[in-house]
Amino acid sequence: MPETFFGKILMLLEEYGTSFVRGAGVTMLIALVGTFIGCIIGFAVGIVQTIPVSKKDNIVKRIVLKVVNFILAAYVEIFRGTPMMAQAMFIYFGSAAVFNINMSMWFAAFFIVSINTGAYMAETVRGGILSIDPGQTEGAKAIGMNHVQTMVHVIMPQALRNIMPQIGNNLIINIKDTCVLSIIGTVELFYTTKGVAGAKYLYFEAFAIAMVIYFILTFTCSRILRFWESKLDGPDNYDLATTDTLAHTSGMYSYSKTDSKEDE
Amino acid sequence: MGDSILEIRHLSKAFGKHVVLRDIDFSVSKGDVTCIIGASGSGKSTLLRCINFLEEPTSGEIIYHGLNMMESRMNEAAYRAKVGMVFQSFNLFNNMTVLKNCMVGQEIVLKKDKETARKNAMYYLEKVGMAPYINAKPRQLSGGQKQRVAIARALAMEPEVLLFDEPTSALDPQMVGEVLSVMRKLANEGLTMMIVTHEMAFARDVSNHVVYMAGGVIVEEGDPQQVFGNPKSEQTKEFLGRFVNG
Repeated sequence: MPETFFGKILMLLEEYGTSFVRGAGVTMLIALVGTFIGCIIGFAVGIVQTIPVSKKDNIVKRIVLKVVNFILAAYVEIFRGTPMMAQAMFIYFGSAAVFNINMSMWFAAFFIVSINTGAYMAETVRGGILSIDPGQTEGAKAIGMNHVQTMVHVIMPQALRNIMPQIGNNLIINIKDTCVLSIIGTVELFYTTKGVAGAKYLYFEAFAIAMVIYFILTFTCSRILRFWESKLDGPDNYDLATTDTLAHTSGMYSYSKTDSKEDE
Repeated sequence: MGDSILEIRHLSKAFGKHVVLRDIDFSVSKGDVTCIIGASGSGKSTLLRCINFLEEPTSGEIIYHGLNMMESRMNEAAYRAKVGMVFQSFNLFNNMTVLKNCMVGQEIVLKKDKETARKNAMYYLEKVGMAPYINAKPRQLSGGQKQRVAIARALAMEPEVLLFDEPTSALDPQMVGEVLSVMRKLANEGLTMMIVTHEMAFARDVSNHVVYMAGGVIVEEGDPQQVFGNPKSEQTKEFLGRFVNG
């Protein structure tokens, strides 16, 4: 056994390097998939929650919407209001004991992270939708788009841009919070580290490695998301389409040519 | 009025207890250019928004080709595709380029294929003089340019009637000119338009029907020579008197 701190770390890396990498991989996989599915849930909930109800709508539609909105609100409040660790135990063991459903550990892991992120994202998306100027919705309505078309083509792309920082937050929180899944036996980074630490009785060194790995993962992700954000904004400048073959135009003003052009 | 496109009958609108429109009656025939004038708060914009169902009218009838839109549950969206609208605040889609703004409705609502939509969009963008800017995003354009794109976007849907809600009120005088000249051109080409405006000279020159509103009712209507040149109502006279020689 090496004497120094770094010596011990090197030894752990040599012996368990692949385990750490695999653990980090599992952590990232669950965090990315969970965040992605969570976002989709959040967007779906956001779209449904903002469906306008007018007095003209028939009673069935209004009742269905009321019920659906109540269920969605309950979902958001319950999953935001209870710890993910408790949910993990409750869902994974509860489903087997009470409903006799045998979830695979993997399914449970993805499910729990996704549904949790979804609950938070639902509120974020709602905020994102509210942040968009109502004129955008009116503009879309005025050319005949319905609610879903308006949401998908006009509002959501803009809301997505506005809530990107919050999506980044969620991803980072998920990378860290997957460690609670070790409680149902998911072999992610925390679980791996605990195993390594216990085997060698080197808690300080093993968790030092885990800390560095967690930080690298979260920091890289936050930088990539920043970059993606700036991509979403598009370029600051634009080219005048002076040589567009379809437009046959060579500038803004074309007094002499306006009529002859269409005859060509 | 055999070929009337829109007929408004006894239209009223109240926000809570506040009555904004009272018993509005008039009709729009093909090729009509109707200008609605009046002081701020007289209900002009609300009337236009009611016609497009952006506001739900409280009572009355809006008859579109003989079909009462207030009763019929005909798809509101399909109706809006036929009755276009240009807004004071442009309301271009900020997430799309100029070209895409003019294509998206055709592709999604009218289900045209991409190439047809593009050609059509280019045709109308050229008409409003915005063809060179197809790659720009709305935030990169000036107000007048935005409004011209908004007009092209509405035209690309090939509506039967185009409603203009104070299209130049958010623009500086120089840009007002460029937007009005586009609208003038459209009027000459026979587009059916309903225009809420404070540009009296424009209303007088371009329209064939002028409606003066005050306090949520139509005070006077008629052809522009009559309303501007020889108003019957004292209220109209007083209103027009503020625009020196209208």
